[in-house]
Amino acid sequence: MEPLSWPMIFAKMAVQFWPVWLALIVTVALSLQFRRRLGLYGKLFDSNVGMTGFVIVMFWVFTALFADMIITFDPIAQLSGLKNVVPGTPVPDSDQWYLLGGDHLARDVFSRVVMGARRVLTIAPAATVIAFMVGITLGLPAGYFGGKLDTGLSFIANLVLAFPVILLFYLLVTPEIRSTGVPIALAAVLFLFPVIFVSVLLNSRYFTTPARRNLYVGVALVLGLWAYSGLAFNADPTGIWSMDPNLLNVFVSVVFVNAPTVFRIVRGIVMDLKSRDYVAAGQTRGEGAWYIMLWEILPNARGPLIVDFCLRIGYTTILLGTLGFFGLGVSPESPDWGSTIDDGRRLLSIYPHPAVVPALALMSLVLGLNLLADGLREESMRD
Amino acid sequence: MLPFLLRRVGVMILTALTLSFVVFCLTNLAPNLEKLARTEGSVRMSDEAVDSWIINNGHGGLMITRYGQWLGVVPGWTRTDDKGVTRGRCITEGVTAEEAPRFCGILQGDWGTSTVFREPVAKTISDKLASTGWLMLWVMLVMVPVSLIIGVMSGMREGSRTDRVLSTFAIATTATPEYVSGVILVVIFASATTGISPLLAEWGWIDGRTLFLGTATSAIDQITFWNFALPVMTIALYGIGYIARMTRASMTEVMTQQYIRTARLKGVAFHQVILKHALRNALIAPFTVIMLQFPWLLNGVVIVETLFNYKGFGWTLVQAAGNNDIQLLLACSVVAVFVVLVTQLISDIGYVFLNPRIRLS
Amino acid sequence: MTDWDPSKPILEIENLSISFFTRAREIPAVMDFSCTVMPGESMGLVGESGCGKSTVALAVMRDLGTNGRITSGSIKFKGRDLTHMTEEELRHIRGSEIAMIYQEPMASLNPAMRVGDQLAEVPMIHQGMTRDAALKLARQIIADVRLPDPDRILRAYPHQLSGGQQQRIVIAMALMAKPALLILDEPTTALDVTVEAGIVDLVKDLGTKYGTSMLFISHNLGLILDVCDRLCVMYSGEAVETGNVVEVFDKMRHPYTQALFRSIPLPGADKNSSPLIAIPGNFPLPHERPKGCNFGPRCDYFRDGLCNAGEVPMDAVPGHDRHATRCLRWREIDWDAPPKVGKVTEKLPRGRLVLKMEDLRKYYEVSAGAFGGGAEKVVKANESLSFEAHENETLAIVGESGCGKSTFAKVLMGLETATSGSIMLFDENVQDTPIQARNTDTVSKLQMVFQNPFDTLNPSMSVGRQIIRALEIFQKGSSDAERSDMMLNLLDMVKLPRAFAERMPRQLSGGQKQRVGIARAFAGGAKVVVADEPVSALDVSVQAAVTDLLMDIQRENHTTLLFISHDLSIVRYLSDRVMVMYLGHVVELGTTDQVFAPPYHPYTEALLSAVPIADTRVKKRRIVLEGDIPSAMNPPPGCPFQTRCRWKTRVPGNLCDTVLPPVQVLAGGHQIKCHLSTEELAAMEPVISMAAE
Repeated sequence: MEPLSWPMIFAKMAVQFWPVWLALIVTVALSLQFRRRLGLYGKLFDSNVGMTGFVIVMFWVFTALFADMIITFDPIAQLSGLKNVVPGTPVPDSDQWYLLGGDHLARDVFSRVVMGARRVLTIAPAATVIAFMVGITLGLPAGYFGGKLDTGLSFIANLVLAFPVILLFYLLVTPEIRSTGVPIALAAVLFLFPVIFVSVLLNSRYFTTPARRNLYVGVALVLGLWAYSGLAFNADPTGIWSMDPNLLNVFVSVVFVNAPTVFRIVRGIVMDLKSRDYVAAGQTRGEGAWYIMLWEILPNARGPLIVDFCLRIGYTTILLGTLGFFGLGVSPESPDWGSTIDDGRRLLSIYPHPAVVPALALMSLVLGLNLLADGLREESMRD
Repeated sequence: MLPFLLRRVGVMILTALTLSFVVFCLTNLAPNLEKLARTEGSVRMSDEAVDSWIINNGHGGLMITRYGQWLGVVPGWTRTDDKGVTRGRCITEGVTAEEAPRFCGILQGDWGTSTVFREPVAKTISDKLASTGWLMLWVMLVMVPVSLIIGVMSGMREGSRTDRVLSTFAIATTATPEYVSGVILVVIFASATTGISPLLAEWGWIDGRTLFLGTATSAIDQITFWNFALPVMTIALYGIGYIARMTRASMTEVMTQQYIRTARLKGVAFHQVILKHALRNALIAPFTVIMLQFPWLLNGVVIVETLFNYKGFGWTLVQAAGNNDIQLLLACSVVAVFVVLVTQLISDIGYVFLNPRIRLS
Repeated sequence: MTDWDPSKPILEIENLSISFFTRAREIPAVMDFSCTVMPGESMGLVGESGCGKSTVALAVMRDLGTNGRITSGSIKFKGRDLTHMTEEELRHIRGSEIAMIYQEPMASLNPAMRVGDQLAEVPMIHQGMTRDAALKLARQIIADVRLPDPDRILRAYPHQLSGGQQQRIVIAMALMAKPALLILDEPTTALDVTVEAGIVDLVKDLGTKYGTSMLFISHNLGLILDVCDRLCVMYSGEAVETGNVVEVFDKMRHPYTQALFRSIPLPGADKNSSPLIAIPGNFPLPHERPKGCNFGPRCDYFRDGLCNAGEVPMDAVPGHDRHATRCLRWREIDWDAPPKVGKVTEKLPRGRLVLKMEDLRKYYEVSAGAFGGGAEKVVKANESLSFEAHENETLAIVGESGCGKSTFAKVLMGLETATSGSIMLFDENVQDTPIQARNTDTVSKLQMVFQNPFDTLNPSMSVGRQIIRALEIFQKGSSDAERSDMMLNLLDMVKLPRAFAERMPRQLSGGQKQRVGIARAFAGGAKVVVADEPVSALDVSVQAAVTDLLMDIQRENHTTLLFISHDLSIVRYLSDRVMVMYLGHVVELGTTDQVFAPPYHPYTEALLSAVPIADTRVKKRRIVLEGDIPSAMNPPPGCPFQTRCRWKTRVPGNLCDTVLPPVQVLAGGHQIKCHLSTEELAAMEPVISMAAE
């Protein structure tokens, strides 16, 4: 077979992405159809910036979802003779090409980048969600009660924030530290917050009708603690919840780095919102502090929090890339974008493609998230 | 003002102590020490030998006392072995146990010895910091003016074409971490096979094979535009986007303030409104942001120094961490944390100073 | 400007239409607006929020922002059309020929620039003056606006001045270039009443002194009467009536103007015998304006087929001084017919004692320096408060900012605990019981209605849900269905459609939100309700309706109402007893009649004089207090009011400076905290008198 020219490479790739295009068209068409009924999400489609961002982000989300259908080769298979080959090189004994060339171990760059999307798009949002739970659960009381609690928590948050991230990673994500159990201890603390958050959320709302409260909080606790035991201690008897220790270490560190910033944001918003009359109305009818924080204040802080959530997923993606770039906490096989860039950079000036492709992928995803956040911010400030 | 300053410095010292202790713990974890023993002693040491090596070299005992020794507030350890030779933390070659000082921690200026570079840590750190200082200096010189100008230009007329173009640029750069922009810049400007260099070489516009150099190793000896531009740009790009966006946000907010309308409606010309009324108020927020950028700049430094092989502070940190050089890693961490804390302090004081509303109340 | 003839109008607005353009549609903000201001004349623009009065002002300044555009008409200033001027030409007019004064003085001054520089800038731009000369002029103008110590003020930053001083600086800035036209956009709304009075006096005097024409924008009819020669009433983007102030006030020829006057509490109105008449319905949103007369749907004189047929033009009223009205039926309406009085009600008898406060004190400790550290300072927010409140009674608590009324409410509600003293609620001592420790019954009996309608409801929870939550927490109803029913009944009670249960607060108008707030407060069958300025943020026409609703519910539930307000007109209208507070002290306490008639506490006297009254028959003695209200952080020694009291000289010795006055109990249990002798007090003259018809 002939090597492919650049237009042909793009054409082939476009065909390969067909499930993504289909899903994107359906999503955008449906959203445009019903946008007037979809609140802030619907309004996103009024802003070019927001819509561009949304489409880019959804492109990668769908890529991650349908990765198995898109890839042309096994991302860790090494085919002889295809080391560092240029994009569009035909693969012997098959009717396929290495669309974006081969890397230094003769693996298919295209398939690795597609699979890398799946990895990035599972870890980054999940870690961000946990970081938000931690930040919110601690930021609410710090902002609401103020005083010594606030001083203490803020001091701790500032401690973490005073660490240059890279240094923290070098200290926290090492094979040595894994054997000391520090990551598990951290996970035990950090993963507890979502369980606490949901239980308190439900309890404060339903404590007036004990029967319903017991049901909701009970279900939340059972599900939460089940997942908790599996994720933090790898002790889930059914084995549904579990996490590779390597991954756990990375995951916990990323949460640990992000949580203090969320804490500071939440604390700031709460300090602003707590002087509102509806908060005073809650207090004067004798509501508990947690009800006021979680049901009166938090929903009204959602605007800035959603915006920050998008930005933070992007930031977390960058952090994960940084970890990969320094080879921290990832297995060499992993198609992780960061580590692929690291692998590729050694021969960068001779064979640029193995590093440039994941670099562009990472950049476009973060760009999409930033644009999305910008669009959301703009639209939520209107009216 | 003075009580504020004292309190702020107090908090800073407390933070520094806590953080250095945490770092001390994390670098002196049992597995790290074990690894150290095997590299310093011999790889084939038995577990018992490792344990005794650790104890004999003063790495045993309570973490807090070891920290105290390192800091220089607890007397350094001494140990007399079976042969009657007294060794100790403060006993160096050519000094007898009696002459040796009791305390020798960082407060006394003793940072220990690097196992990778085989020289005093203090020397390594100061050399490398100097190299990184040049990098930082150039980054600041590029980043601060460019980002402020972009931010102010796009913020002064929100929604204009200039604003859209500049904002898109700013968003794009914040989406490009150093390890991505570095790669792209090298491919475009410093690759012999791709980008613009082959073209330029073909046309005979450049002498060498590439326009810029792909490494900055030679910049340690002499900084030139061709070996330093790419590393500086790589770090600066990300910061430019971030600071420009902050400046823009601050500027647009100021531009909607009533006092800007007051100024406009008293007949002040637009450029004077910007220069006399808006700028000072709009630059308070970015100032703090620039100062708080330092932790991230440090990140960029580490990535860029690794990517461009520039042997500065960041490169040293990677070496120290990769080779389990405990003393050096510890020193790097403390310096990094110290830099961050000092910039935070400057940012706080600067904020108060720039803002007459706080300064004079 | 040499070709301008001083006998011609200084400002002539003709058929001005302004629209704002959003992504979705064009929103007309002002339609077919015309008005003329002659040299030296002051023109009032009055109307409710959203009627377009500020838009007119900004259009004159040609500062409508990026979305606003003048779609037709002309604005002629000294004969030159402003609508066709270039930015450069406008720049020479702004600040030198036309100057503007805004609502928020703090926001309109640059926080990072010294006051002197901000003032000097004006003549430096327009007259090319040197900095020294400009500063000298600034110093002189600062003295003109009656600020003490001009040199210190020149060097000060805006935040170092009080609100009243800041507004004087803004006025000084406007006067720096001796403009021909001054536009004042609600210049006193953000200020306390006694401070407002000083500013109003100043504006009037300076207008005369410099011969400046004024365009005075306000929602307050009383202020317009004080300041203006002519006025223009606006409704929903249109001028509906314009003319000489006295003629429009006394012989109005537009139904909206009439309805407006009937809905504001003027002296003589009484909640039982002659209640206010609220304007029915709501202010139309700009894109939902009706065809024909905008006021049609709310008008008593509306006639189908006539009023909603087509555009209504302005029609001159013959025989009057440039008086015109936008009404088709004004010739047919009998303008002298007495209003259809609503339901007249009996005054309820005073019931049992429900709330008794004795010698309540609330002190706060705050650190003095902005950076912490320094000596701890004690702020005495409430000082020896004693009073009783009975069932069916409305007790008004009156005072300006910093008087401690909000702290008092917090202590009563249990959000803070008292430093000393006792609070008896029903038969329970609650002074030391924070709200978490009070039982549900006590909490539900004592509820609060808040001031700001935009803040009182949680923006992200539906109206019904918020009321149901109150029912849940008060343990009312045994099932969701029952509570839902109770919620709908509460909506009925506050006269809101049941469909509102599903709405989100942002879909409601200010008055409707306030009604939901009232429904929520009464969810647990409240017996004592603290209403913290419940209507002060509402438009006048809505105020009457909400006030009436509160009165109705009070009558039905035999509620005790503690009505906190700074507005003496409404207090006089609805309260049975009045408590006047100043800097944490109760300075006067008595029945409404006692407090509103001499003898007064000197502060009450000044307060009464300061409140603008929109009635041409009322004659007031003008008492303008010097200076601002002292900070509660740093109260004066002796009598709290001594720094501003005009009677201080009548008290022998330096008693006022050193000794806190005792409470004098006069006839009928009327209490006054003052050193003045009984004779002096008895000799006081009334502040307000009605001129004979």
